[in-house]
Amino acid sequence: MTPHMLTRSLDRGATIFLAIVAACGILIPLSNLLLPAGSFLQVPTYLVALWGKYVCYAILALAIDLIWGYCGILSLGHGAFFALGGYAMGMYLMRQIGTRGVYGNPILPDFMVFLNWQKLPWYWYGFDMFWFAALMVLVVPGLLAFCFGWLAFRSRVTGVYLSIITQAMTYALLLAFFRNDFGFGGNNGLTDFKDILGFNVQAEGTRAALFALSCLALIIGFLICRAIVSSKLGKVLIAVRDAESRTRFLGYRVESYKLFVFTVSACMAGVAGALYVPQVGIINPSEFAPGNSIEAVIWVAVGGRGTLVGAALGAVVVNYAKTFFTSGVLAPYWLFMLGALFILVTLLLPKGIVGTFNAWWASTREKSTAAAIASAAAENGVEPKMAE
Amino acid sequence: MPAHLSARLCSLALSLLLIAFALPAFAGPFEDAVAKFANDDFSDTEEAIGVVAGSGNKLAFPIISALQDGRLMADPDSKKVYVTGTDGKSIDAATGETVASVPDSASAVRLNNRLRRSVDAALGSLTLQSPDVGTRLQAAQSVFKSHEETALEAVDAALAKETNRSVKAALGEARAAILLFKSDATEVEKLEAVATLKARGDQEALALLTGMGDQPASVTKAATSAIGSIQNSLAVWSMVQNAWYGLSLGSVLLLAAIGLAITFGVMGVINMAHGEMVMLGAYTTFVVQEVIRSRYPGLFDYSLLIAVPLAFLVAGAIGVLIERSIIRFLYGRPLETLLATWGLSLVLQQAVRTMFGPTNREVGNPSWMSGAFELGQITITYNRLWILLFTLAVFAILLAMLRYTALGLEMRAVTQNRRMAASMGIATSRVDALTFGLGSGIAGIAGVALSQIDNVSPNLGQSYIIDSFMVVVFGGVGNLWGTLVGAFTLGIANKFLEPVAGAVLGKIAILVLIILFIQKRPRGLFALKGRAVEA
Amino acid sequence: MFSKSTHDIAASFCRRGVLAATAGLVLGLASLTGAKAADGTIKVGVLHSLSGTMAISETTLKDTILFLIDEQNKKGGVLGKKLEAVVVDPASNWPLFAEKARELITKDKVSVVFGCWTSVSRKSVLPVFKELNNILFYPVQYEGEESERNVFYTGAAPNQQAIPAVDYLMKEEKVKRWVLAGTDYVYPRTTNKILEAYLKSKGVAQEDIMINYTPFGHSDWQTIVADIKKFGSAGKKTAVVSTINGDANVPFYKELGNQGIKAKDIPVVAFSVGEEELAGIDTKPLVGHLAAWNYFESIKTKDGSNEKFIKDWQAYTKNPKRVTNDPMEAHVIGFNMWVKAVEKVKSTDPDKVIDALPGIEAPNLTGGVSKMLPNHHITKPVFIGEIKANGQFDVVWKTPGLVAGDAWSKELEGSKDLIGDWVGKKCGNFNTKTNKCLGSGS
Repeated sequence: MTPHMLTRSLDRGATIFLAIVAACGILIPLSNLLLPAGSFLQVPTYLVALWGKYVCYAILALAIDLIWGYCGILSLGHGAFFALGGYAMGMYLMRQIGTRGVYGNPILPDFMVFLNWQKLPWYWYGFDMFWFAALMVLVVPGLLAFCFGWLAFRSRVTGVYLSIITQAMTYALLLAFFRNDFGFGGNNGLTDFKDILGFNVQAEGTRAALFALSCLALIIGFLICRAIVSSKLGKVLIAVRDAESRTRFLGYRVESYKLFVFTVSACMAGVAGALYVPQVGIINPSEFAPGNSIEAVIWVAVGGRGTLVGAALGAVVVNYAKTFFTSGVLAPYWLFMLGALFILVTLLLPKGIVGTFNAWWASTREKSTAAAIASAAAENGVEPKMAE
Repeated sequence: MPAHLSARLCSLALSLLLIAFALPAFAGPFEDAVAKFANDDFSDTEEAIGVVAGSGNKLAFPIISALQDGRLMADPDSKKVYVTGTDGKSIDAATGETVASVPDSASAVRLNNRLRRSVDAALGSLTLQSPDVGTRLQAAQSVFKSHEETALEAVDAALAKETNRSVKAALGEARAAILLFKSDATEVEKLEAVATLKARGDQEALALLTGMGDQPASVTKAATSAIGSIQNSLAVWSMVQNAWYGLSLGSVLLLAAIGLAITFGVMGVINMAHGEMVMLGAYTTFVVQEVIRSRYPGLFDYSLLIAVPLAFLVAGAIGVLIERSIIRFLYGRPLETLLATWGLSLVLQQAVRTMFGPTNREVGNPSWMSGAFELGQITITYNRLWILLFTLAVFAILLAMLRYTALGLEMRAVTQNRRMAASMGIATSRVDALTFGLGSGIAGIAGVALSQIDNVSPNLGQSYIIDSFMVVVFGGVGNLWGTLVGAFTLGIANKFLEPVAGAVLGKIAILVLIILFIQKRPRGLFALKGRAVEA
Repeated sequence: MFSKSTHDIAASFCRRGVLAATAGLVLGLASLTGAKAADGTIKVGVLHSLSGTMAISETTLKDTILFLIDEQNKKGGVLGKKLEAVVVDPASNWPLFAEKARELITKDKVSVVFGCWTSVSRKSVLPVFKELNNILFYPVQYEGEESERNVFYTGAAPNQQAIPAVDYLMKEEKVKRWVLAGTDYVYPRTTNKILEAYLKSKGVAQEDIMINYTPFGHSDWQTIVADIKKFGSAGKKTAVVSTINGDANVPFYKELGNQGIKAKDIPVVAFSVGEEELAGIDTKPLVGHLAAWNYFESIKTKDGSNEKFIKDWQAYTKNPKRVTNDPMEAHVIGFNMWVKAVEKVKSTDPDKVIDALPGIEAPNLTGGVSKMLPNHHITKPVFIGEIKANGQFDVVWKTPGLVAGDAWSKELEGSKDLIGDWVGKKCGNFNTKTNKCLGSGS
């Protein structure tokens, strides 16, 4: 199977993927809002919130797949960008609470009031405006990724070293955000949100809209990733992934390519985080936990590295499994199952679900086309020529 | 002696007489006081301690020391108090008569911290002239701590008879402490006391000098200068202390990382289940101690010595099993081993949680690992010291093993050039399994040591995994010396930052420094050179 | 030619595959929504982490609720129906707490939820309980500064634990110098703020208070213990008030013991160390250190209720060594209050039960009767216990009567005028100065 065919078949796959996401993004909110509660086809609100969360994870997975699957940068700290985006959105939502906080302070969030803060720290300025918060959702993770990447790629930190220092980065941020003096609510984080753009975050309509928006973001993110990887730039990225030194010797400025794609990916992760926060209702430092970032990489591995569709699928499958296994009789054993899933996928499906499926499909197709040629040739009385 | 005896007889007779008259069963200040122990009221007990200790009664020492050890039994109904001896025999605390048995309704007289201090002070003045040097020293020290005026006489008497130098010094300090707070002491006495405390020069002397309250001007002046000089010397010592703490923290980091330096550093397997191997070692220690506690209590002090080889075997065997069943299929795909071993770590954690429960398990310190000794003005705890020595020993043995044994040679050969090693007749897959087993086994013995200072819980491993990776990466992958230097550098840097920045910021600063350092030296402190680097 | 035909086949297959996947998803959705409450049972949600870092503390509470439900069912259940526990595992993951709470209420249709340990998990589920109008019983001592209509706080508020403990040390141990050591999260921060204000109001100078925060799971205590030692040697009686969180306690106490800080020199009073935490430590070096709780396993009761509870609990868990602790007692009280309230209104409807709960009384395990207050906190006795060599506590002091829990601390500037009153004012944060409800009303 040649790379050309892979892209072609994936193109089809991609279209269908987009169609499904779009259908979900339209149908689920509609079913939730329009059909009477309790009817068979009505999707209950809690499922909308739950699937909204999965979709946000899917965007994060997509961001990771873009750099890991196509450029070979294994970031074990992408949870940090996700969380930073989330915090930017959380800060906006906190400022929207206004006087409805438990102390009724119009400016200061509750946690600042009971820790006796007298005035808002400077880095909270501006977050009462949505456009500013939305900008920060992109700028903060992007800037961090740019600085981090600029340092790391320029000094040619690669492979496991890069993975480990991304872990160090997210761990350092975790510790920093835990500190109450840091001004982000410490371990409790930001919570008890009321409004987003004037709409009640808990209203069904808002939830449905957020879900639809998340699906839209997933689609846009997917299109951006597709555009990057199928352009000439994408080819260079793949070259970097497969033979970094050789690409450099050919005259490409490898670090610029890496930096660009790393920053884009971080911005995507930030957007995912920003959409995630109003849907789950809390952002706290545990999102920075090093384990979370590793888990996100595992979603990509489960779905299929370097396939984009697979990354999104992996995020949904693993998180669905998590939801499913953590309830009921299976609850005490869910870590066994999750752990076993990771081991089995790496051992038995090294290309992930989508990658394996593609490979299997390619070989089936080869066999069937070979058979078709053989039968056609037999009819025509010509010696069949073996397919490559 | 005869005076004591007659007094006792007299009081005995008196109490018998009173009983005969069916008046309140006890009389005389001593008996009254003893009876107060049965009231189960802390203020009464405190009063009783004071009276009993000051009574000069021969029973005072047995009563107070029994109180300290929880051997003083009181019957709340009959208000009788008994001393149970260490040999199991009991006497009536008020009379000293042997009793056949202590009634079941009697329970040990309870203490709280305030009372424990009174007991210490009382015992201090009672045992100042004990024949045993150690007891006398302890007595002098507890008088120093309590520095109550009433003990001055006893201290002076003891000082006159004392021949042992260190006890004499301790008594002198105790005397100085008392005089410093004695309101009617002369100025000369007080100045002498300040000088004595200045010579002692430690935290406690500083405490007494800063807390002494209003004094004549000359004394205050002397004290101020003494405080200054003590503070200066303590500041120097605190640097030494930080360095020691840093070494100690470094040794813990090294111990946790050393196994990883083999599985990750030498073999290139990103082993996220490394922390769980440490945890398995700690749980092995727990199991060993449980068996010893229930079957062979006498062996408790050797429990760690028994646990070390067992932990090595348990973790090592599991390591070999993991290598054979999972890792060997993933060579050359380091990032995928990360995912598989992460899954494995979840499974191992939950397995331990299911088997041993989610709560912490108790692993005790053997007597030789408990407590501390003073070195100059810093306290060195035995467990930290042993862990440091143990870590260095493990490191040396490992290094020697890699350098001088056949297996070590094969390991180095396989990691340097697998193909060539194979064509030289080395069974590479066997070496892989053994190397991974070795790394895991060492993680297991790290668990034995860490069980002495940390929780033994299913989460134990997770708290060390990131630190371990940092150490290995900082030191340079593939180089054991790098791991050593890396661990101690990080440990010491952390401990010098902590007093300045606080524990949290200190740790953040260290992480940021590592990130920046890796930019400067992308392959760690001691980077491997040559073609292997790009592989 | 080739590529065209293969392309088509591939496309059609992909389509089929994706269709199948969609069908699977839809089925999955249906299976999630399909569960319905079985007739004749009342469902009780149990929302405690069974894995992850908090499993260490929370697993016991899950067992407690299962035990209580079992006992209640033996007595015939509630309103003639059997109780049925729905156990979920939020895995010490705060967003997962919110998700699981939503699942319990919407999918499993539970009537009440017993759960959470950390403040952040409570904060995470709070909006869910408000939105879906259900009941949460929260059993752990916490920082206060909250009174919500849907939450009942059966653990201690700061005035039911921290302040009595400090009073004890001041009176009984004549402590003049204070180290407030805690893990850096909201409960220690708030408690220490309250204590600092309280100590200053009692005339303690700023330089006699040392506040120290450490990260979660801090394991190297050498420097801090040495600092405490140094701080304690300034000539005044010193004590440590510890709000150090679970896991970090073991290494902390080990270091204290090894550096020779005895309780009689510098006592440590802890608010997060109970019987369960001590079960993992060799307690001999710790004898005399203190803890403040509303319940100790070692408390003897006249009617034998604590003794019976311990016996039944050990029989239920088939473990004669299983200890009991304060948050367990909180769940016992909370559970019994809920049962009484349900029986009073003859309904499990959350609105009715919420209105019925204030005023309900239930016996606690230390021989008293606790009452649910209008601010959704309860009255509790406060005990100070000293650690004994066997890992139990010896009660050295207790409050004369029951202490009513304050939702809003009197010591903090921002909250001293606030009260929670869900009976008269129907408001969780009523400002008594301005006579206004600050928003958290019903």
